[in-house]
Amino acid sequence: MSKHDTPMLDELEKGPWPSFVTDLKRQAETKPECWDILGQLELSYEDKITHWKHGGIVGIFGYGGGVVGRYSDVPDRFPGVEHFHTVRVNQPSSKYYSTKFLRGICDLWEKYGSGMTNMHGSTGDMVLLGTRTENLEPLFWDLTHDLNQDIGGSGSNLRTPSCCLGQSRCEFACYDTQEICHTLTNHYQDELHRPAFPYKYKFKFSGCANDCVAAIARSDLAVIGTWKDDIRIDQAAVKEYIAGNYPANAGAHAGRDWGAFDIQKEVIDLCPTGCMSMEGDELKVDNSECTRCMHCINVMPRAMRPGKEQGATICMGAKAPILEGAQFATMIIPFVKVEKENEYEEIINVIESVWDWWMEHGKNRERVGEAMQRIGLANFLSIIGVDPLPQHIREPRSNAYIFWRDEEVPGGFERDIVEFRKRHAA
Amino acid sequence: MGYDPNNPMEGRITDIGPRYYDEFLPPVIKANKGKWLYHEIPAPGILIHTSETGDKCYTVRVGAARLMSIEHIREMCDIADAHCEGYLRFTTRNNVEFMTDSEDSMKSLIEDLKSRGNKFPIGGTGACITNIVHTQGWVHCHTPATDASGPVKCVMDELFDYFGSMKLPAQLRVALACCLNMCGAVHASDIAILGIHRKPPMIDHGHITGVCELPLAIAACPLGAVKPAKVEVDGKEIKSVKVNAERCMFCGNCYTMCPAMPLADPEGDGIAILVGGKISNRISAPKFSKLVIPFLPNNPPRWPEVVDAIVNIVKVYAENANKYERLGEWAERIGWEKFFEKCNIPFTEKSIDDYRMAYETWHTTTQFKYTSATASYTD
Repeated sequence: MSKHDTPMLDELEKGPWPSFVTDLKRQAETKPECWDILGQLELSYEDKITHWKHGGIVGIFGYGGGVVGRYSDVPDRFPGVEHFHTVRVNQPSSKYYSTKFLRGICDLWEKYGSGMTNMHGSTGDMVLLGTRTENLEPLFWDLTHDLNQDIGGSGSNLRTPSCCLGQSRCEFACYDTQEICHTLTNHYQDELHRPAFPYKYKFKFSGCANDCVAAIARSDLAVIGTWKDDIRIDQAAVKEYIAGNYPANAGAHAGRDWGAFDIQKEVIDLCPTGCMSMEGDELKVDNSECTRCMHCINVMPRAMRPGKEQGATICMGAKAPILEGAQFATMIIPFVKVEKENEYEEIINVIESVWDWWMEHGKNRERVGEAMQRIGLANFLSIIGVDPLPQHIREPRSNAYIFWRDEEVPGGFERDIVEFRKRHAA
Repeated sequence: MGYDPNNPMEGRITDIGPRYYDEFLPPVIKANKGKWLYHEIPAPGILIHTSETGDKCYTVRVGAARLMSIEHIREMCDIADAHCEGYLRFTTRNNVEFMTDSEDSMKSLIEDLKSRGNKFPIGGTGACITNIVHTQGWVHCHTPATDASGPVKCVMDELFDYFGSMKLPAQLRVALACCLNMCGAVHASDIAILGIHRKPPMIDHGHITGVCELPLAIAACPLGAVKPAKVEVDGKEIKSVKVNAERCMFCGNCYTMCPAMPLADPEGDGIAILVGGKISNRISAPKFSKLVIPFLPNNPPRWPEVVDAIVNIVKVYAENANKYERLGEWAERIGWEKFFEKCNIPFTEKSIDDYRMAYETWHTTTQFKYTSATASYTD
């Protein structure tokens, strides 16, 4: 494996943003297969097409996911990337690391892989890019024995769950996202490692409706923090914001002169429900009208806080467009407590009520959101034992094509056409 | 002792999950978890969180290429060892956060980061353009219609000023997915860079028997464009498939299921731009990104057409939107017809949905705005 000419990639060493090309070259000094990554990528830049073959089933013995096979279609020119499998390593909640652990991962990947990673993959894992089939079992041995660490998910299984940083460093978080993410990841190790689902299934845990982990857009089960009592207001701090002593939105807009802070314009008028008003110099919130969108809290974090009775809303069925079109998660459970004390029993019950049905009735490669569309929201709610609520819909249906059931109609569906004709000539 | 290939089950450890996060929390985080009262952003890339205990956590956020070497990670570990008691974290958008419990160590941390060339740009907070989340592209994927790391680098180079400042009306999230599978889930981003194919799959009849389950390949097509077919290979009749090109919308799902149906192509592939999506429930509900530029060519290494298109949209948004208004909220307020006019983006039929539930996107009101697009009716 030697250095290749990479005139096009060299152009990507220019400019102020960190250059992955410079980084690859640096790594190539000790891991020469990185020269072949660069070489093959340069070829793709010339040819405007990928040079990776389709798939290849490789894995860890006893697991059905966590390793993605990858082979070069030009191995003779770039032998260093002939096999270039990905290993997904299950990240710790919120992606905090000790340098000791991270250095352990680096050493492991120096020994068995290309030295290149993604920190992190889209689902959340640490992604180790590029190893050979024969390295997989030794790598897994060292990972589990020396680093006490498991791999993540891929394929039709529970994908590696992920969470926002939650209460660890955010005042908005309405439950401990890290703890439930860790607990359920461990609770469902079998579902994570051994594909038994119709298709992938993702959990994501966000501490509030700002949804920093994109749960509502990207997860089959989105647990999004909220509260059920009143927003907490510190009226003294409200006055400080009005006086301009505290920066609006924590200073997030400080790079431009937007003029003096105007609570009417920036908070009250932007409230989506119009549930806020000033009475004298007091800020009032009609909490019964509040939809907990987080705007006022974001703008005035020192004056406004989520209520004290906190929990989460559960939404289901988000996915990217493949195949039936993109879906956001649909609100299913308005409020649930998220409690470690009962081992998250309530949420586990919700999860398993969906899985029981989806595993039996979901079609091959049908995400749960697509299955929900296929059978209809009302049927889905009935299957998982949730009573229908006006909160489940944006608006009522505008047609009357209702699937009435036999038992709902007096006398039932069975009628006698002969009797009918006695009164109504054909 | 290590792995013994002759006794693969001997001493095997499985199903242990990830390490417990609590081991990895910096001391000031561990001591104040659940006690944080509020935060401030005193400068771009700097966060100060204040706890009810009086403790403060000083965070410095830096950008990073998601494709990252272990040498780079080790360098970050050196920084964290020197200034942050040996801890760091990564954000959901591939930024890196260094945390300390004192202003002094934050200052020396910032000095250290700035001394290391352009490796650790500080920013990504507030009303900015933070790091672009993206997929693998030509670096590591078998289905891409474009590269990922390259276009991201080019776009971030041009938007760099917005990373280290907070002068936009609101945060603006950019994401790149190198094909419609959208591992990057760009369907809810302010600006989405999406790799697309434009040629139907070829059928590799010579290989299809060995590598595909034909019923799965046929069922993979959401529009029924893949049908069974009998073809002759080396004088023998074999079972294969055919594709009705008129019904193909180039989603690539057949290739995902059947390696004998490749559709990537140097001229066919390129990038579509979608805008106006958001994830947060703040003020308005989450929104999907909408397709405004159907195709831009793959033009490596700097993708100038893509970069120009994005810079243009960002500038028009920055000039026109209200404070706190996300790109999609602005476009909805002024109307999409005005969005196209203001951004000087030619409207084409390609932006009119014709997939499932397309009707919901049609204009069923007489309330519209006259723009240059309607000039032939009004002049």
